[in-house]
Amino acid sequence: MLPAVDFLIVAAQQLTTALGEPTQNDLLAAREMQAMSFIFHIPLVCFGIAFPAVVVFTEGLWLRTGDPVYKALAKRWSKVMLVLFAVGVVTGTILSFELGLLWPNFMATFGDVFGLAFGLEGFSFFLEAIFIAIYVYGWDRIPRRAHLLAGVAVVITGVTGSMMVIAVNGWMNQPVGFDIVGGEVANIAPWAALFNDQLWFELTHMYLAGYLVVGFVVAGVYARAWLRGERGRYVRAGMIIPLAFATLAAPVQLVVGDWAARTVAEDQPVKLAAFEGLQETERDAPFHIGGIYEDGEVKYGIEIPELLSILADHDPNGEVEGLETVPADDRPPINVVRLSFQAMVFIGTGLAALAALFLLTWWRRRALPRSRWFYRAVVAAGPLALVALICGWITTEVGRQPWIVYELMRTEDAVTDAGGLWIAFGLTAAVYLSLTAAVIWLLRRLARQPLEAELEADVAEGRS
Amino acid sequence: MLPELCLALIIAGLTAYALLGGADFGAGFWDLTAGGASRGGRVRGMVQRSMTPVWEANHVWLIFVLVIFWTAFPVAFGSVMSTLYVPLLIAVAGIIFRGTAFALRGEAATINEARFLGALFALSSVLVPFCLGACLGAIASGRVPVGNAAGDAFASWLNPTAITTGVLAVLTGAYLAAVYMAVDSARGDLEDMRRAFRARALIAGIAAGGVAIGALIVLRSDARELYDGLTSGGGLVCVIVSAVAGFCTLGLIWRHSFVAARAAAVVAVAAITIGWAFAQSPDLLPGELTLEGAAAPDATLVALLVSVAVGLVVLIPSLYWLYSLTLSGRLDQGYEPLDQRYRPLDAGSDEVSG
Repeated sequence: MLPAVDFLIVAAQQLTTALGEPTQNDLLAAREMQAMSFIFHIPLVCFGIAFPAVVVFTEGLWLRTGDPVYKALAKRWSKVMLVLFAVGVVTGTILSFELGLLWPNFMATFGDVFGLAFGLEGFSFFLEAIFIAIYVYGWDRIPRRAHLLAGVAVVITGVTGSMMVIAVNGWMNQPVGFDIVGGEVANIAPWAALFNDQLWFELTHMYLAGYLVVGFVVAGVYARAWLRGERGRYVRAGMIIPLAFATLAAPVQLVVGDWAARTVAEDQPVKLAAFEGLQETERDAPFHIGGIYEDGEVKYGIEIPELLSILADHDPNGEVEGLETVPADDRPPINVVRLSFQAMVFIGTGLAALAALFLLTWWRRRALPRSRWFYRAVVAAGPLALVALICGWITTEVGRQPWIVYELMRTEDAVTDAGGLWIAFGLTAAVYLSLTAAVIWLLRRLARQPLEAELEADVAEGRS
Repeated sequence: MLPELCLALIIAGLTAYALLGGADFGAGFWDLTAGGASRGGRVRGMVQRSMTPVWEANHVWLIFVLVIFWTAFPVAFGSVMSTLYVPLLIAVAGIIFRGTAFALRGEAATINEARFLGALFALSSVLVPFCLGACLGAIASGRVPVGNAAGDAFASWLNPTAITTGVLAVLTGAYLAAVYMAVDSARGDLEDMRRAFRARALIAGIAAGGVAIGALIVLRSDARELYDGLTSGGGLVCVIVSAVAGFCTLGLIWRHSFVAARAAAVVAVAAITIGWAFAQSPDLLPGELTLEGAAAPDATLVALLVSVAVGLVVLIPSLYWLYSLTLSGRLDQGYEPLDQRYRPLDAGSDEVSG
């Protein structure tokens, strides 16, 4: 194990970056700007990959049963989907600009290795934009079957697009598909770079996270209406359908999370060590709940013996590599990674418990739970799922630090030499704040129209 | 051969973005100049109706250009993005405000909300093409050296050539938008709008043509190599084609043949982007980096070209479906002058117009 690590450190020293060594004093500004952009964009991605399936499923229910409640919901949701997609288009554009604006050396050195994935993502995104327009503006205007198929195309392109972006992230964590010869990137195999080992669990993990976020956020909107005393069929269906999606995703997510942890343990032992704050390589490694990492150990946490070994290795005696296998310079900021990881795991477990409660009640009584606390929990689950999503990304992204390309290129070597980064950060923050306000304003505006309004065309033409 | 093919893709994507996305920015230009809330209400209603189903898809061409650029020519991409970060950041902010304000205006409930969002949308629509056009001018006039933010952050794009190309980008978009919306108005039997956009198309066409001719004079003193490229060989052919097509467009608009004018306008604009590529050849960053020198290894270029080819097989029929639905009017939104929409709400009446 150790010789391989040595080899990689040597390789890192040998890589000559394409645009030379940057002398950027405001690396933090660039990193915070990138993080802020991701935090804003990623919830929108969830609505791009998971929401279309919920909407198309609801439209399918309408086509099967002819019940106008389903049509009204699907139509209303499709409008929300379009708004969030439009905002996602612009925030996604910011991200692709930022790749070059903030990390020109990363792009210049490795753009030809992983760029292909973004090319494919561009096509997916393009197709998604086309079919989403046809889907949303095509209600009652194009044949029903064509309309449903356009919706299915949105679902598929959402998955392929996110798959390609995640392929790049997987590659940054496990850079494959090239050699370094004489300090330069050579022998590029773009397809091998694309289909790296990290892609599959990251994609599955993110995809399920999308269903959790969308399911709980949308169900939460109707659970609030329920708590306010609106108990009509719209509200009931509007809550049950997304909740069903989230309920199916939640337990599976726990299993996928376990798969993710084991892959990280194998490929990025330092990142896994940071999840716990494990200093020395040891067998029977414990896991601490809560607490804080200080001077090489976790203080004030509740220790659960052997849990980290079980997590990483499925063996209570398994050996887990500690942080000290690499120099201090090569370790991520432990507390940020630890806390994010813990928050993600606890929220994820809580969501799975809520899902289990719903499933059990439904299975036994074919009815929704009666307690108001259940509805309150559903309302809270939406924002919590968002927090877990963002914590998950912080875990993997900050956990990769100080590397932008794992063990090959440091983030500080990738950054731009341009000045004024804090000004750019401030402006971007202002933009995102106003964007957030605008989206909330718009969604509230949409929600204020009665759902029956979605069926106006049918009423006008004398259909039921 | 492979680098040339990749460059051709970039130029094709850029042309598509200029023709489709550029026209959406141009629509914003007409929104900005439409006048007060009630006088401009009808024009703004038309802008809202024409852009609504297609602007997201049109915008994606920009992403297409970016990803091919960074995959095929990574060092040039890093150099361009880091030197031109000021106009690019402004453009990004403009892109956000443009898209969001436009989406929000569709849901505005009062004339004041619509007015504020409209102003944001329209101002951004002018800012973005100017900044992106200026970046192209900066590259074309050889002001982007290879390196990490190696060029001047301001002088690189605040110079005669870049400013001229920026202005030209704004005017070209406005011209295209006026021609397209004249076609839309004719299809929707909106006689007064057809006349309004005909007049706008003529004015913008003459202005864009004038600036294009003026640009040659500016280039002659400010960017001599680019000027020489545009006045010889393939560059010259493109300039002539563009000029002839431009004059044809004006004549066709004058004679109310809007559909034919739209085709001619497309040729006039496409000839400019293609001519630019000819004028710069064989350099990608003039005086700094040749196309061959900038290109990624063959394995990457082949993979990129294969995936683009496969992608186009799916993309072209899909785009065809979208545009055939749009152009046949099946996705058309009901036309409603933007100020009229708020009358009933402002008056507190329950009556709904349109």
